[in-house]
Amino acid sequence: MNGTMNGFLLSILIWLPILGAVAVTLAGNQRPAVAKGLALLISAATFLLGLPLFFSFDTSTAAMQFVEYRPWIETFNIHYKLGVDGFSAPLILLTMLFGVLVVIAGWRSIQKNVNQYMAAFLVMEGLMIGVFAALDALLFYVFFEAMLIPMFLVIGIWGGPRRVYATIKFFLYTFLGSVFMLIGLIYLYIQSGTWDILAWHELPLSFTAQKWLFIGFLAAFAVKVPMFPVHTWLPDAHVEAPTGGSVVLAAIMLKIGGYGFIRFSLPITPDASAALDWLVIGLSLIAVVYIGFVALAQQDMKKLIAYSSISHMGFVTLGLFIAFSIYRKTGGVAGAALGVEGAMMQMISHGFISGALFLTVGVLYDRVHSRMIKDYGGVANTMPWFAMFAVFFLMANSGLPGTSGFVGEFMVILAAFQANFWFAFLAALTLILGAAYSLWLAKRVIFGAVVNHEVKSLKDVNSREVLVLGILAFAILFFGLWPQPLVDMMHASVDNLLQHIVQSKVI
Amino acid sequence: MNGAQLLLAAPEYWVLAMACVIMVVDLFLKEERRGIIHMLAMLTVVFAAIITLRHDYLVDGVLSMTAFEGSFIRDPMGDVLKVFSFVIMGLIFTYSKFYLRSFNMFRADFFTLSLFALLGVMLLISANSMLMIYLGLELISLSVYALVAFNPDSGRGTESAMKYFVLGSMASGMLLYGMSMIYGATGSLLLPEIAEAIRTQGADDILLIFGLVFVVVGIAFKFGAVPFHMWIPDVYEGAPPAVTLFISSVPKLAAFAMAYRFLSSGLGELQIHWQSMLAVLAVLSIILGNLAAIMQTNIKRMLAYSTISHMGFVFLGLLPGTAFGYGASMYYVIVYGIMSVASFGMIILLSARGVEAEHLDDFKGLNQRNPFYAAIMGLVMFSMAGVPPMVGFFAKLMVLKAVIDAGMMWLAITAVVFAVIGAFYYLRVIKYMYFDEPENETPIIAPVDFGAALALNGAMILGLGIFSSSLIAICMTSFGL
Repeated sequence: MNGTMNGFLLSILIWLPILGAVAVTLAGNQRPAVAKGLALLISAATFLLGLPLFFSFDTSTAAMQFVEYRPWIETFNIHYKLGVDGFSAPLILLTMLFGVLVVIAGWRSIQKNVNQYMAAFLVMEGLMIGVFAALDALLFYVFFEAMLIPMFLVIGIWGGPRRVYATIKFFLYTFLGSVFMLIGLIYLYIQSGTWDILAWHELPLSFTAQKWLFIGFLAAFAVKVPMFPVHTWLPDAHVEAPTGGSVVLAAIMLKIGGYGFIRFSLPITPDASAALDWLVIGLSLIAVVYIGFVALAQQDMKKLIAYSSISHMGFVTLGLFIAFSIYRKTGGVAGAALGVEGAMMQMISHGFISGALFLTVGVLYDRVHSRMIKDYGGVANTMPWFAMFAVFFLMANSGLPGTSGFVGEFMVILAAFQANFWFAFLAALTLILGAAYSLWLAKRVIFGAVVNHEVKSLKDVNSREVLVLGILAFAILFFGLWPQPLVDMMHASVDNLLQHIVQSKVI
Repeated sequence: MNGAQLLLAAPEYWVLAMACVIMVVDLFLKEERRGIIHMLAMLTVVFAAIITLRHDYLVDGVLSMTAFEGSFIRDPMGDVLKVFSFVIMGLIFTYSKFYLRSFNMFRADFFTLSLFALLGVMLLISANSMLMIYLGLELISLSVYALVAFNPDSGRGTESAMKYFVLGSMASGMLLYGMSMIYGATGSLLLPEIAEAIRTQGADDILLIFGLVFVVVGIAFKFGAVPFHMWIPDVYEGAPPAVTLFISSVPKLAAFAMAYRFLSSGLGELQIHWQSMLAVLAVLSIILGNLAAIMQTNIKRMLAYSTISHMGFVFLGLLPGTAFGYGASMYYVIVYGIMSVASFGMIILLSARGVEAEHLDDFKGLNQRNPFYAAIMGLVMFSMAGVPPMVGFFAKLMVLKAVIDAGMMWLAITAVVFAVIGAFYYLRVIKYMYFDEPENETPIIAPVDFGAALALNGAMILGLGIFSSSLIAICMTSFGL
């Protein structure tokens, strides 16, 4: 049974939420309870059905697993090709987990057009799984772009006062970045006659072609990650988005940028990546340090977390691109593997932590309807359980050992030492900066004297919120103490990637 | 000329006959039974499609057949374009019935004139000589001039009909002038013979180049490419939406066929000359169309400028002069026709009794008023913006591939950058529908057939995107790929 089931597993994970969304929409505007129940059922079913991705995953191989392959547009040689490896499988698991959590998180806080809200998140879940599973470049692009539609609507319909500005900015930034990638993809198709991403990994290309392709990919993925200086859409989008939107944006969508570097930039244009690694490393370090300072200055909790996200995502791009200098210095790939694995760990961990932080802000916002730090203070007095979770997540955000936030950052910093002392030094500043803005936020919001009378009457987290926050706290702690299952999952794929990127493809 | 050859034009005879029948039947109909006219018109396009599809004229691998001394050609490309013209025409009749009824303009002349225009479209699609091209073109134009002024009480309609007539006549004159030069240089009206003559006597004839310039101007006018676009916004705005439905869709299919036949079959040897002309027209159309659309608050004018930019993309597909490029261009123009009727169908839907919806504000809060129609308009807008998985994306993809294949990378980059700028005004419509509160709470009521047609139209936009394989294959095989 397993064999036949695995042949369709990825398709089921993609299409079950999308088709389910149609059913949820049909539940109508008047019956929110039905829509919510149905959405929860569908997302939970997707998650349970997707568990074989973890349990039946073969960690010994870098080859694609759960592969599906059928023709889509024959005249153009486009295929519906899906598969996962050690990079995409963990990210899909993360997506499915958040698929359930955002439904629960939106249970009470969304009052308007509940059926459409739930449907939008289900569609988004299916499309994001599609992005991670697609092995055909055009299929990838279709999912990559289609994903913008539900997010555009989520921010625009259920967002804050400046939602229109924020969501159009979000859409156009991402759209502009990705059309350059599209031109690159068409060029690669003309060169190779196929859209198969894995075949492109082997495709020889001249250095000039690689350079332009690299810039095209960079335009798409740097916006998505987002990297300095194209990050400005993120704080706006985060601040205006409803809690669920912020969570998905931070936990999953940003990861698609990092994943894109792994799947496209590094293996398809290794020579250009090696030659231009200084650019990405430089921008990553600016993100880590400068954006860290920017985070320190924020008045708005969501904005602070948004900037902290940019800073943390800087570690991802740093970990990926220091591979080249490590290889040049040591001649081996062992150190580089540490960097790439660290980047992957950081992605997963940041998914949990940033998602959790936006949910904590959401808990406060639901009660007080303010995101401003100055409106709070002494929340711990009225919401002790909540305070426990919030402080824990903020600690994790600052990279406390024992939480997953520590693992990724530590691995990347260790790897950076092998590349260049200054890279490591600057990156390590985040341990100070991250602790500064996270703990200062805790001090101002959670602790201290109660100054706002609204805070006095706050009710502590209810069981639904405890469930959501508890799951995330458990995950953060679990992977902080025992990251081995994740590392095992990605190990073979990381080695395989490094074998690809150290070989020149110039003809 | 034998009977089999005469039969090649069977769909044309049928449409012509039915147009006349409708004219006569109307004389004997009482006011309350006018609905029959609409049914007859629908019957006409359905049967025309069946006749076109059923007639198996291709034997032994012959790719095309000609009739009327070679001036009429029947080939797969023409058939595909005609069948899609009929499909779009069916949608147009269904949408316009609702409009004409709610504005008390339900008269048979609308259907007669539309069918004559359709006949012109069919002739233009199948034209293989300059004479037939001119005949088809004028048949469309004259019917449309009358249609634009269809509402006698509308001053704006009359004004734009006049504008269209003056500019259109001038463009026809230019085209005719160019044709006469080409005729003078080659001594033939038939496109294949013109091509043959150019091959034997060489392409560097100054008379020929001059003729080409005027022909390209005529073609650009019909497409509405910049700088020959002035009539489009005014006519779109002034004409009743039921007529704009037609102007913005079916004649574009014919214009594509005309451009292909004239430039590729007839003047293919001059490709080096017309390629650069089309490139200029395409770039200007894409830039100006998208930028000007951003400024509009009237949705009809916005869609008019959006048409201009889309026609720039059609030119992009034509200009490499490759079979793939023609296929891409044809795919684009069909897809555009389908999207365009849906968008004007939505405008008709929102036009309440006697008041036309033409401002973007009329779309405010549509999602609250009716989520179903809002979703359809959303599909159309995302498709026009070129966001996958809607069909508009695949059309852009094909055209870009053709352009990049020809090594014109800068053209492709310009096109995509302005497509992103253009995405802004499509998103603005979505913003009005989804993010704003409704100003007008009256429920949206439409007849069942109208709703069904709009649903089908929306399903085509999404379905032809997700299952884009077959339509792409059909377009490509029309050009032997």
